Amino acid sequence: MYTQAMDIPDESGKKLASVSNAPSEQEAAFEARIEADGRIEPQDWMPEAYRKTLVRQISQHAHSEIVGMLPEGNWISRAPSLKRKAILIAKVQDEGGHGLYLYSAAETLGTSREQMLEGLHSGKAKYSSIFNYPTLNWADVGVIGWLVDGAAIMNQIPLCRCSYGPYSRAMIRVCKEESFHQRQGYEALLVMMQGSEAQKAMVQDAVNRLWWKCLAMFGPPDADSPHSAQGMRWGIKRISNDELRQKFVDATVPQAKVLGVTLPDPDLKWNEARGHYDYGQIDWAEFWNTVEGNGPCNKERLATRVKAHNDGQWVRDAAQAYARKQQERAMKEAA
Amino acid sequence: MNAPADYLLHLADNAVVLGQRNAEWCGHGPILEEDIAMGNVSLDYIGQARLLYQLAATRLGGDATEDKLAYFRDDTQFRNYTLLELPHNGPLVGYAKADRDYATTIVRNFLYGALMVLVWDALEKSSDSDLAAIAAKSLKEARYHLHHAADWVVRFGDGTEESHQRVQAALDHLFPYTEEFWTPSAVEDAAVASGAGVDVRTLRAAWDAIVNDTLGQGTLVRPQGRGYVPEGKHGRHSEHLGYLLGEMQGLARAHPGATW
Ligand SMILES: [Fe+2]
Ligand SMILES: [Fe+2]
Repeated sequence: MYTQAMDIPDESGKKLASVSNAPSEQEAAFEARIEADGRIEPQDWMPEAYRKTLVRQISQHAHSEIVGMLPEGNWISRAPSLKRKAILIAKVQDEGGHGLYLYSAAETLGTSREQMLEGLHSGKAKYSSIFNYPTLNWADVGVIGWLVDGAAIMNQIPLCRCSYGPYSRAMIRVCKEESFHQRQGYEALLVMMQGSEAQKAMVQDAVNRLWWKCLAMFGPPDADSPHSAQGMRWGIKRISNDELRQKFVDATVPQAKVLGVTLPDPDLKWNEARGHYDYGQIDWAEFWNTVEGNGPCNKERLATRVKAHNDGQWVRDAAQAYARKQQERAMKEAA
Repeated sequence: MNAPADYLLHLADNAVVLGQRNAEWCGHGPILEEDIAMGNVSLDYIGQARLLYQLAATRLGGDATEDKLAYFRDDTQFRNYTLLELPHNGPLVGYAKADRDYATTIVRNFLYGALMVLVWDALEKSSDSDLAAIAAKSLKEARYHLHHAADWVVRFGDGTEESHQRVQAALDHLFPYTEEFWTPSAVEDAAVASGAGVDVRTLRAAWDAIVNDTLGQGTLVRPQGRGYVPEGKHGRHSEHLGYLLGEMQGLARAHPGATW
């Protein structure tokens, strides 16, 4: 799931300055393709800044999928029924699969998975901040499905029409699975809301903690969104942060009513004139604080990823050494 | 004839305990592809456990359900092999939280996978047609589990010096636990007598062949048997099952009667 911070600046795209001296006809062909809403494919010429922007965005998205496995994975061992355990394992595994397609899509732009992981592990590359909050009760799993996957879908549906072919195709596949996750999450909450008072309280508690974080997933307000304009022009971004956020709020309020939970915003009310729900102020200071690495779980999440990677080094080395030996044997036999 | 419910529980407990263990790798795998593969293996085991518990619940009648059997029985009632409940950290056991060791995980999946390919193959012919149907489905999964684990045993064995040492250490640690496969139990004997179960001891030569072949490819040494034979399938477990079940069952037990 989970593009949030797609236009959150990070250091992975810093070398934008290297201006390419492409012949203008290539540039013109690129611009014409974008203008005609066509797709750019890996073998096509593209401006260096377009390439860097995509690598940053797709790798942030991939990292989000992988880091996102942790907060939900936190509940696999304690899932209260075998059916829910199976659903959760499958979901977390799907997120890993999304990470794989996205790393592959980014690799078509000439950056290796190893390089992208290095960006994540060194803290240079960002991932969706929603995963820097803890999952404190079982209902968090359902609420993540309903709201976090839900917000991700809002963000990602426009990306199915992204100008970069491999990314748009990955998004079509990913969006189908995210919709499934969202329905499963919502269904789990419906069951809990028909259960005991304790179960209902878990759902409300999870909604209270996650609601505002989900609104922030759409990124900073349009006025403060540094990469948006260029992204729009290039067909990488199609709909602005604020528009997406509004769509999400409008879609979610009725769902919350059916569920019987209260969204924790006293300013949330229907605005007849606008034809939308009004909502209160997002705490952007807290958001940026978390993006900068100082949220409740940033250090833990990153350290967990780094440890898994380092602990797995001998496994990857073994696989490579074995493959090399097999190749040598095959060559000897052929000789 | 139908398999005795206790026999179904033995098979189900094996599956749920190993599924629970393998899921501990979720998000922590050595490489993304393996993270996903191990999730798959875990998911298969949980799926098998569900079918087996559901069947056992039907046979037991009363208020038995799949989740009551998984979540509301105590460790002494669990009938899984001790091998399957051990942590992933090799001989560094005890209740200290040590690092997961992928070699230990792989070797366990291999030793047990090699057995289950044979068990499900035999149970496809069970006189209990419901169990035979579960066996047919599980056999396909077990073949994949064995294939996946055996590939890694060979890669580790014939990979780097470090991987060789780790996989050999994991084998040395886990191999003695396989002795439990071959010991008799009243539950298995009753299942065999009914025509619904398989006498695991008749599978030993075939298991040896699979194991020896893979170890040979991996240039690994098969450990010799030792004295101690675990008794998990009799309900006498290691220190580790209590922790595993404490974690797995805690939330469900805090809300008895709740529907999730
Ligand atoms: Fe995803
Ligand atoms: Fe998802």
